[in-house]
Amino acid sequence: MSAEAVGTDSTPRRFLGWLMNPWARARFLWVIGLAYIAWTLLPVAIAVAFSFNAGKSQTAWQGFSLTRWYLDDVSSVWQDDSLRTALLQSLKLSGLSVLIAVPIGIAFGLAIDRWRGRTSRGANMVMLFSFITPEIAVAVALFLYFTQLATVIGLGLKAQVFGLSMYEMAYPVIIVQARLLSIGKEYEEAAMDLGASQMQALRRVLLPLLTPAIVASVGIVFATSIDNFVISQRLSIGASTQTVPILIYSSARTAPLPSLNALATITLFASTLMIAVAGLALRSASRRDRGGVAATAKIGLPVAGG
Amino acid sequence: MRSKLGRGGYRLQLFWPAFAAPATVWLLAFFVVPFFVIMAIAFGGLDPVFLTPDPRYDPLDWQFGSFANVLSHLFVRESIYQQAFLRTLAYVTLASIGCLLIGYPVAYFMARHAGRFKTAFLVAFIAPFWMSYMMRMFAWVNLLQEEGYVNRILVNIGLLQSPRLWLQGKPSTVVFGLIYGYVPFMILPLYAMLDRIDRSTLEAARDLGAGQIQTFRRITLPLSRQAIFAGCMIVTLPMFGDYYTQTLLASTRGTSMFGNLIVSSLESSLVNTGASLVLVMIALLMIPMVFYLRSAARARELVA
Repeated sequence: MSAEAVGTDSTPRRFLGWLMNPWARARFLWVIGLAYIAWTLLPVAIAVAFSFNAGKSQTAWQGFSLTRWYLDDVSSVWQDDSLRTALLQSLKLSGLSVLIAVPIGIAFGLAIDRWRGRTSRGANMVMLFSFITPEIAVAVALFLYFTQLATVIGLGLKAQVFGLSMYEMAYPVIIVQARLLSIGKEYEEAAMDLGASQMQALRRVLLPLLTPAIVASVGIVFATSIDNFVISQRLSIGASTQTVPILIYSSARTAPLPSLNALATITLFASTLMIAVAGLALRSASRRDRGGVAATAKIGLPVAGG
Repeated sequence: MRSKLGRGGYRLQLFWPAFAAPATVWLLAFFVVPFFVIMAIAFGGLDPVFLTPDPRYDPLDWQFGSFANVLSHLFVRESIYQQAFLRTLAYVTLASIGCLLIGYPVAYFMARHAGRFKTAFLVAFIAPFWMSYMMRMFAWVNLLQEEGYVNRILVNIGLLQSPRLWLQGKPSTVVFGLIYGYVPFMILPLYAMLDRIDRSTLEAARDLGAGQIQTFRRITLPLSRQAIFAGCMIVTLPMFGDYYTQTLLASTRGTSMFGNLIVSSLESSLVNTGASLVLVMIALLMIPMVFYLRSAARARELVA
């Protein structure tokens, strides 16, 4: 940018003056912010657009076709066996992960918040470690476990579900803990003072208050499971247990057809939908007790390990 | 009331532990034991004929010969291990700096200047978080093809004479991919911190005569130091284990990273070596991991 400013032409200099004008709103920062959004979102938008390409190219636009790569072509998502299998496998895997990870994660989050002792602190520590250990280490450990020790289970869908639900469990735990922090203990104590047993207080008071956190957990666990690559790849065996990210990984460089874009677009749509649900749930909850945009940002924060 | 507590006293003691039990079992079965298996294999023996691993589950039987062998390779100059390790270190360092240089101004903008568009911007910034990493990389694979949009644009505006082969083992492409992939993870902690800084502190600094730059250097930057640290940890830890970015964007021996070593040794049935390499990686990352957990715990205490 400074190279332009030195030029004799006055237009760049005037542009720079406009950009850096200290009396106007920070235009410089606005340009950075907008450029960043374009940089992060445009490539994905282009990839989505190419799933509607009328031709076979992934680099040249050949006209618009709404359904060729989704339904019509022999190699579309609907008709190609490997693509359809991958989509079904992804849905199955993330659905099962949600079914396991969310209930046990919520229960765990509640338990370690209420029951403070050495054992619970230790368990919480292990859970946090499972979350920030680089995923490849977790995946290799699980791979060796299922091939050397737990050979009864072996590799495949079962192993993928077990491994992934363990790895994803941290999300509900963290979300519930954050929510418990803002709820406080008063409602529960009040219920128990009025004669409710611990179980009744939990079921009739705490659980309704935790509904947004549960909904958010379902959304986030589903979205991150459907996008999971490292663990599901390491624990997959053969084509029947390939998920969408595995398929993208293995065929991205081999000049794939736009049907791969279509497949990616479908999963993108599914995970965006789930995240939107999660975001709205957390937002409505935070508006009720604390409010503000910062609380919405929380759904981004728990992500530490990749 | 008292009698009620007395009656349920014993049950109450088991109430919460019962809730924690399923998840604890899950963690034991699919996290703790698998890591023990890694150790049993790394410190175990090898079948002399088939070279299959011979895991030893009794720590008293552990031998450290093959582990020490792998470890010593890291210190042999110009060995494949050392090269991959140093390369990973370089890529991760460059990419983390890149993430910080891009992420800080963006987070700063979002916290201070986005104004009434804040929510819209926040949604746009969080979006890449939840997109499949593979899809985001796949998008770039298409853009960076020889006849892809990047080359076409660069040639058209005259920055390049002829299309460049971005995807043929260019370290710069790998670092670029890492930055693109992980920068959202840097932005969120920075934003959360910058958003929390009290405006009156900044106004006080300005009232006392500090300029815009001085306020930033002496107030904002010191206050966001912890978030910078946390952000760096958040991007560094997964980057160290990343092998797929390299495979998608470069795929050559000359750019392979530490994670690629692990994966390729598993794929060529050198299970023992793979297990040892994972242990080496965890040992190296243990200190940043503990630091990260501690700073996260401290942040939570601050919020509470």
